[in-house]
Amino acid sequence: MLIKCPWCGERDAGEFSYGGDASRPRPAEDAAEADWLAYVYDRDNPRGPHQEFWQHSHGCRQWLRLRRDTLSHEVLASGPAGEPLGDGE
Amino acid sequence: MRYSLASLLRRGLARNVGWTPAWRDAAPRAAYDVIVVGGGGHGLATAYYLARNHDVGKVAVLERGWIGSGNTGRNTTIVRSNYLLDANARFYEHGMKLWEGLSRELNFNVMFSQRGVINLAHSKPQMDGFARRGNAMRLNGIDAELLDREAVREKVPELDFSEAARFPIHGGLLQPRGGTARHDAVVWGYARAADRLGVDIIQDCEVTGFQMQGERVVGVHTSRGDIAAGRVGLAVAGHTGQVAALAGLRLPIESHLLQACVSEPLKPLVDTVVTFGAGHFYLSQSDRGGLVFGGDLDGYNSYAQRGNLGMIEHVVAAGVSMMPCLSRTRLLRHWAGVMDMSMDGSPIIGASPLDGLYLNCGWCYGGFKATPASGWVFAHTLAEGAPHALNQAFTLDRFAEGRCLDEKGAGPVPGAH
Amino acid sequence: MSRLAQGGLIDRERPLSFAFDGRRYQGFAGDTLASALLANGVGLVARSFKYHRPRGIVSAGAEEPNALVTLHGGARTDPNARATMVEVHDGLVAASQNRWPGLAFDLGQVNDWLSPFLSPGFYYKTFMAPGRGWRFYEGIIRRAAGMGRASRLPDPDRYEARNLHCDVLVVGGGPAGLTAALAAGREGRRVLLLDENPRFGGWLWKEEREIDGQPALDWLAAAEAELAAMAEVRLLPRTTAFGYYDHNLVAAVERVTEHLESPGDGLPRQRLWRIRAGRVVLATGATEQILTFADNDRPGVMLAGAVRAYLHAYGVLPGRRAVIATNNDSAYRTALALHRAGAEVAAVLDSRSDSAAPEVATVRDLGLPIHFGATIRRALGGKTLQGVDSDAGRFDCDLLCLSGGWAPAVDLYVQSGGRLRHDEGLGCLVPDRAKQACVSVGSAAGSFALADCLAAGNDSAGGYVVPPEGIGVEPRAPTPGPGKRFLDPQTDTTLADVGQAMDEGYRSVEHLKRYTTLGMGVDQGRIGQIPARLAVAEARGQPLAAMAATAHRPPAVPIALGSLAGREIGAHYRPLRRTPMDGWHAARGVSWQDAGLWRRPQFYPVGDENIDQASAREVAATRGGVGLCDVSPLGKIDIQGPDTAEFLNRVYVNGWKGLAVGRARYGLMLRDDGLVFDDGTTSRLAEHHYLMTTTTANAHAVLAMLEYHLQVIWPDLRVLVADVTDQWAAMSIAGPRARELLAGLVDIDIGNQAFPFMAVAECRIAGVAGRLFRISFSGELAYEVAVPADYGQAVWQAIVDAGGPHDLVTYGTESLGTMRIEKGHAAGPELNGTTTPADLSMARLVSGKKPFIGHRLLGREGLGDGARPALVGLLPVDGKTWIKAGAQLLTEAEAKPPVHTLGHVTSIAFSPELDTPIALALLSDGAERRDQIVYAHFPLHNEVVAARVTSAHFIDPDGERMRG
Repeated sequence: MLIKCPWCGERDAGEFSYGGDASRPRPAEDAAEADWLAYVYDRDNPRGPHQEFWQHSHGCRQWLRLRRDTLSHEVLASGPAGEPLGDGE
Repeated sequence: MRYSLASLLRRGLARNVGWTPAWRDAAPRAAYDVIVVGGGGHGLATAYYLARNHDVGKVAVLERGWIGSGNTGRNTTIVRSNYLLDANARFYEHGMKLWEGLSRELNFNVMFSQRGVINLAHSKPQMDGFARRGNAMRLNGIDAELLDREAVREKVPELDFSEAARFPIHGGLLQPRGGTARHDAVVWGYARAADRLGVDIIQDCEVTGFQMQGERVVGVHTSRGDIAAGRVGLAVAGHTGQVAALAGLRLPIESHLLQACVSEPLKPLVDTVVTFGAGHFYLSQSDRGGLVFGGDLDGYNSYAQRGNLGMIEHVVAAGVSMMPCLSRTRLLRHWAGVMDMSMDGSPIIGASPLDGLYLNCGWCYGGFKATPASGWVFAHTLAEGAPHALNQAFTLDRFAEGRCLDEKGAGPVPGAH
Repeated sequence: MSRLAQGGLIDRERPLSFAFDGRRYQGFAGDTLASALLANGVGLVARSFKYHRPRGIVSAGAEEPNALVTLHGGARTDPNARATMVEVHDGLVAASQNRWPGLAFDLGQVNDWLSPFLSPGFYYKTFMAPGRGWRFYEGIIRRAAGMGRASRLPDPDRYEARNLHCDVLVVGGGPAGLTAALAAGREGRRVLLLDENPRFGGWLWKEEREIDGQPALDWLAAAEAELAAMAEVRLLPRTTAFGYYDHNLVAAVERVTEHLESPGDGLPRQRLWRIRAGRVVLATGATEQILTFADNDRPGVMLAGAVRAYLHAYGVLPGRRAVIATNNDSAYRTALALHRAGAEVAAVLDSRSDSAAPEVATVRDLGLPIHFGATIRRALGGKTLQGVDSDAGRFDCDLLCLSGGWAPAVDLYVQSGGRLRHDEGLGCLVPDRAKQACVSVGSAAGSFALADCLAAGNDSAGGYVVPPEGIGVEPRAPTPGPGKRFLDPQTDTTLADVGQAMDEGYRSVEHLKRYTTLGMGVDQGRIGQIPARLAVAEARGQPLAAMAATAHRPPAVPIALGSLAGREIGAHYRPLRRTPMDGWHAARGVSWQDAGLWRRPQFYPVGDENIDQASAREVAATRGGVGLCDVSPLGKIDIQGPDTAEFLNRVYVNGWKGLAVGRARYGLMLRDDGLVFDDGTTSRLAEHHYLMTTTTANAHAVLAMLEYHLQVIWPDLRVLVADVTDQWAAMSIAGPRARELLAGLVDIDIGNQAFPFMAVAECRIAGVAGRLFRISFSGELAYEVAVPADYGQAVWQAIVDAGGPHDLVTYGTESLGTMRIEKGHAAGPELNGTTTPADLSMARLVSGKKPFIGHRLLGREGLGDGARPALVGLLPVDGKTWIKAGAQLLTEAEAKPPVHTLGHVTSIAFSPELDTPIALALLSDGAERRDQIVYAHFPLHNEVVAARVTSAHFIDPDGERMRG
């Protein structure tokens, strides 16, 4: 796969590390235990577009947010991990 | 038709005319007492043991494509019960005992070959870890032997015992009763045996939704019409998230790719199953002669059933490092299966949050060897509405309760198990 | 000899000698092993997989099902090589395989007579006895199965990999590929053209064709010359594209030296190319198909196109008297070629009713006998072909040329995710909708005529003029009947096998394939693809168009594992990380231990000490005097920014707001699920500058976790982190005499008042600017020195030199481990990802006043359960027996499986100070069991050791030494 790092451009997926599902909002520190359980353990696990974190670990070490199709592996959008993802580019 | 040497001879003399179908191609009825969704090894074994061990009435297996088209036909066929944690060890050991009589039980040779499984260790801490696991196995009544370097060399002299080895072999943990089986035969054998006990095996029948009565599942919608059911069991590992979502469930599971490879057929080269301890690699040789091997997950959520080159290169590099003579053998095919990776690396077998719906999922890499035990306890769970002693720990609630079954201690990172 | 007096592209000036099955033969440069064997009249080259039937060469290309041989010998043994793809070099040694005692007389042929009892799936239906019974039969089956025999020796050859980016990748250098490459090259694109053969041209050099009124070879030479002159075009012959992966990544293997008699030094055997292409042109050609009739596998049965190739490219006449059987026009070119080469064409048997194609007319005009509407019933003969029995009568012949149509080579296309459709007119599957940026051209797209192939890259520049040709395929389903009618000769799968599988209910295409092994061979059943599909569709009563295509998985052709492994094998399997003082240790003949990728000194033997003796000496000397240890591999993360204290407060379970500049603190961090992740000390070097240490094992994971939280969860925190593990050499100086040794080396006051326990300072050590930490892993009075990595060895040497009068010892990981176990510090075996702070007796550390990572799930019922294993110490009751790591703990000395154990022994050591073996363990209800006896069971060695449960702190529980 090719992954577009917002800072470095398109690079082979081998330069990146996977950081998992990015669609789950992290609960507040004092949120209910049930919210934390759902956050830590449960997943939508979609077959299709999936928002996920990757880190450009063998590059600029920035975390990024990707929308990638889990069936076709097509990368639909990418952006900095700390910001919401646009509709794609 | 009962299979035997006599039946082979009789049919052979008749120019192999007159063989009968191994299983009926059943059409769906309006209602069943129990519906098992998923016609892989687990689903078919469940149906077989439902019919064999329990008095539950009419049972159907619904398969979206052709039976065995999922992970049962995509794995590296290793069977073992060399687990550390009691819940896993006892469950898989029950499976091992079923494997040992399975060909005769099913009247179908599943080619279960107890050639031994050796896990290689490359450091003292790793040997200590193996000792811990091996001792736990022995105390659970499971066979295990600790091998030193020379004992490993005696069993598999082709491994890299040279000075060049980056991580020299210190020893290994052997489970002599472990081995391999023929994956397709497991599917066909259970299908045939279940069919003979009256189970309807319905292929090309995709579940598209669940019929609900309040919070209770009372049937399924399928591509071949609605079917009512007393209880519904899901055995669709790899796609559990997708099917469960049809019932509105969100589960502690991610789908990941695991690639596997087979070489050209060769005359016997490796007589045991060997796993590398300094990287992800495991190797055995099929009875046809192909070296069957695999490695680590591709590392990201995927349903693609096709992996990427980078992981294949890593896996093969580990293989050639473990056994340098592999370098000149040729890769024939590589493919990928979609794994249900659970949050602690252990399966989930039991009740779902919805009445009438039961889960059998989260198999990670361990699904194939679990087939008989999984069918046994899931059949019990579906028949009784309550877990068997052997799957009591495999609940969905264990995550909330903080009672994870984490063999590796990798935590809630599914790709790490 | 079947070599023609002239013709062919071989170099008759360069004769070569080679051996097959021990006999010497002669060939010429430019021969393949197959062409050279045919030239020598060797017709029988192999035995089939299951029935051991005699087999000859069928094809002239990669699709060869039969002629698989073992090359070379010894460590370079290369089984299952396709004779059609092996270039002969002088001294080449080849042997047939899967036969005993020999090729001509093979006892395995008994299987052919027993074949009624070896029908599909016979092994599923018997041998069901459990245990040894099946193991016995399995041994027989295993020895009978398999093809070649692999070497058990390490491969002496080398492999390498290269990456390449291009605008256009053209796979296949036939006419379609060449014109596509020319068109892209002329536009100035970066082009890579590869072909699996030694030369480009595809069919242009395998048969006599004309382009623009000239021999096709002239056109080919001009095209190659033009491409070679283009700076942005790269040509790779002998290179097979085998995999098409995501985002237009194509993998190919180049055979660099295999065709050479003596490869030059430094050349790899094969080279893996990872090609990332903007666009991929698949010009992979098509594979000619066999026809199915009884005994259609006899030696002498060949593909019609292959016969043209042997005539034209190699000057070899594979037979004197030929019969041609076809369902299309292309085979008529074979009749012509044979006729021109002087062979007798006994009959052309065409299953169609007629054809108006020009080549048919030419053959008819020559007076060669054509029988329309005629099909073959059976091939006659055994090890050699004697003739055929057909609808048109019996014909004697020694060569039977088959053409059952052409199947586009769509392996790579299907791998790329492209869909196929059935083309009624062509009777084969052709590419339909591509998914990635690729296009199929020429025969690979079902455009079999040369004119169409040449148009591939050329649609704007005007066409080439080529003589007209016919295609006119009329495939028909093979008819069942007596005799073995092979659909897939390599796996010995017959038409009757398909029928039986259908009867048995294996009706889905995939079930059928798996049950009969149809298409599962090394050649993937390529030459029988169309007959097999026709047969299956017929048996299922289904139109071909409705039948699913089976999957094509990489690699498209089998490739050596070595080429995938590349150079990251053996000693280079993983990089070796060395500490800055590695050279010093190595010079001392140290015993090494792997710690992840690092190598660390395990102990420094004196004389012939073993590990236990050396470690006991090192520990005693350190606890009694002073010791020096290389601790560079610990993870080190530099953290800077005004919000660092807040950041650490959120990361660690304990509080960090009060840490003063110049002080260090122990910290424990959890995962989100509340279990212990890692530990270490973090020092405050300046107002906004901290240094965190992590365990060696988790250095990367901790860094990535910190970066994640800073970039994603808490972007408002003004904190930056950087990995500085490799920037610093770190050494621990421990023992009661550590201060007096160090005092002479540093330029600051390190008295207990000025520099107490957990103090940190920047200072000069042996004249080098560095950092000094008063931290202790051993439990002794200890300092950790950190200097820039480049100065590590010099400072280490200075400490060693200064240590002489203080009886300094250097100690390795074994002693380090012993001392931490004596001290009860948790390390890897205890921080195993399943323990809580309370399990490790560190509940006191957990702050109740602030949130931190993992705090919310730490309170789960199962994590607070009193029965959880907790860290304890164990002492052997007899004071001398080692308690082994990995032993399981029970309250009874007798264990009757299955039993539930109470925990396990995590770490062990011999304590010189206590003069007894000691152990750390995780024990259920550990605190409650203090002073009780438990039994450490090691059934793997049939050992049980009685042990007394103690505190995990064996030495100096109050920490007076390290504070002193």
